[in-house]
Amino acid sequence: MSEDNKREPEEATVATSDSASSEPVADAKPASEETPAPATTEEATPPPPARRVETDEEKAARRKAALEAREAAKAVAAQAAAKAAQAGTEGRAAAKSSDEGEKAGTEEEAPPKPPSPNQPRLDRVVALIREMVAEDAVDEAYINEANDHLPTLVLKNEHWLKAAPLFRNHEQLNCNYLRNVSGVDYETHMEVVYYPLNLNNREGYCIKIRTDREQPAVPSVTPIWETANWNEREIYDLLGVEFPGHPDLRRIMMPDDWVGHPLRKDYVPLDPEV
Amino acid sequence: MIRTEELLLNVGPQHPSTHGVFRIVVKLDGEVITEATPVMGYLHRGTEKLAENLNFTQIIPYTDRMDYVSAMTNNYVLCHAVEKMMGLEIPERAEFMRLIVMEMQRVASHLVWWGTYLLDIGALSPFLYAFSDRERILGLFNELCGARLTYNYMRVGGVKWDAPEGWIAKVKTLVKDMYNRLDEYHNLVSGNEIFLSRIKGIGKYDAQTAIDYGLSGANLRCTGVQWDLRKAEPYSLYDRFEFDVPVGKNGDCFDRYEVRMAEITQSLRILEQALEQFPGEGETMGKVPRVIRPPAGEIYVRIESPRGEIGCHIVSNGKAEPYRLKFRRPSFVNLQILPKLLVGESMTNLVTILGGIDIVLGEVDC
Repeated sequence: MSEDNKREPEEATVATSDSASSEPVADAKPASEETPAPATTEEATPPPPARRVETDEEKAARRKAALEAREAAKAVAAQAAAKAAQAGTEGRAAAKSSDEGEKAGTEEEAPPKPPSPNQPRLDRVVALIREMVAEDAVDEAYINEANDHLPTLVLKNEHWLKAAPLFRNHEQLNCNYLRNVSGVDYETHMEVVYYPLNLNNREGYCIKIRTDREQPAVPSVTPIWETANWNEREIYDLLGVEFPGHPDLRRIMMPDDWVGHPLRKDYVPLDPEV
Repeated sequence: MIRTEELLLNVGPQHPSTHGVFRIVVKLDGEVITEATPVMGYLHRGTEKLAENLNFTQIIPYTDRMDYVSAMTNNYVLCHAVEKMMGLEIPERAEFMRLIVMEMQRVASHLVWWGTYLLDIGALSPFLYAFSDRERILGLFNELCGARLTYNYMRVGGVKWDAPEGWIAKVKTLVKDMYNRLDEYHNLVSGNEIFLSRIKGIGKYDAQTAIDYGLSGANLRCTGVQWDLRKAEPYSLYDRFEFDVPVGKNGDCFDRYEVRMAEITQSLRILEQALEQFPGEGETMGKVPRVIRPPAGEIYVRIESPRGEIGCHIVSNGKAEPYRLKFRRPSFVNLQILPKLLVGESMTNLVTILGGIDIVLGEVDC
């Protein structure tokens, strides 16, 4: 080790003397060739002390200016983003209303889209839930076109426990396979998203259950689909959604004594060092 | 007078047969397991949380580190999801490159499983065979993208690097050699009396249980359920190639072994056809906007990884970063059945059953 330590400074001196010796050569060359590579010379050789004071001042000034500019840009970007988000939600709302309009049979000024191949299936499911569960169980129903025309339903939280076995067992649906469960924090509310699938005819659905953000709770479907067990535990752990009826609702990823639920948008770590 | 007592045994987190940092607390009555409680999270890095502050191109390297034995399929599921949201067209050559590396990855991943599984059970030499062949595949990946495990190879819209000269020919030779090597593997292991007595009839479950537990991949197919997303819900170019979906019958460890071994053959078949049809020239990157901003909306995209259905659920609010990104990790979901399988088994079978499920802890904990 000591030998290595000894060697290092030697090498360093060699390197600097090398670059120093190369400098006069560069100076000897015409000025036009010197200008293209100022960065490398700055890195290799320390600038003369008289200039260093200047550059420091310049640097500080530049840094300050850059910071101010960045902050200004940030403010502008935030404004733009807010506007865009507003426009986006408005656009989405408009799209939704036009969807509903189409459903009702009235055609908007937008070019009439060909109805989704899954629209009849969605209508059937909505009718089925209204009949078997409750008249007002379906909050929203639409086709997610980007996602292979996946029929998507937003169901009322209080009716989910009754609707889930319907999806699992009803002969028309028979969604025996729950492929994914996700939790999303929308800042205004929490959402748990289920993707049940019928393995025999390959028909799948997306079901969303919304819940209050302060005391989020969605009835557990572990007794219906066993696979929901760890998925729900993960959502509980990372988002803090309670699942009444779950056989073993404990944290699964974070340590048992962890404070807070990290995937929530307002999460602040208890210990900033971690 | 013999006094018996319940024994609480901790297996892992630092135990080679848990394939990573996985811990299982086992209650034993003599040699028989009466209760098993998996404990995980030791490798939890909060990928989903980190992703909320990164743009999509920056997330791709994080997916490499989830299922680090099969990083190419992870790359693909994220890129594919974003492309689908944005409605991007992928050049044919790029899609071919992706399919070829994914199938090579599947072979490599199954080889790792094969080698380590036999190592768990007590056979050392297959591990050396498997890893030498896998090394050839990793070497080819290294030539392609400069990394052996964490490739960061795919991009939204295509792939980062085109195949270097002579690379396709090298893959062709590899595929040819692999057929012979597979025969050798079968000669070496598949009929071995000791091996069979260790895995036949162990860790058995039926199709209904597998579906209830949401199992996917070989864990589901070993019960006879013909469910392979490459066939059932084709993505990429899989509908252009001929291949079979191997299924088992009994749903025990032996069937899982057979299904995975047959899957290697099928992957080689796909590779053969893909290499034959590989377009001589073309773009490897589609027309992609400079900043990738998927439109506001939601998507769930799933593909068949070597371990089963890997899914990517993106909620976008139109920004360059995802509002919420959730990965459906097959290892995590498949592992759920473990406590059920272990109850009533002898302690020796713990490693056999756990190995048979084929988990990667980077993916379980995410």
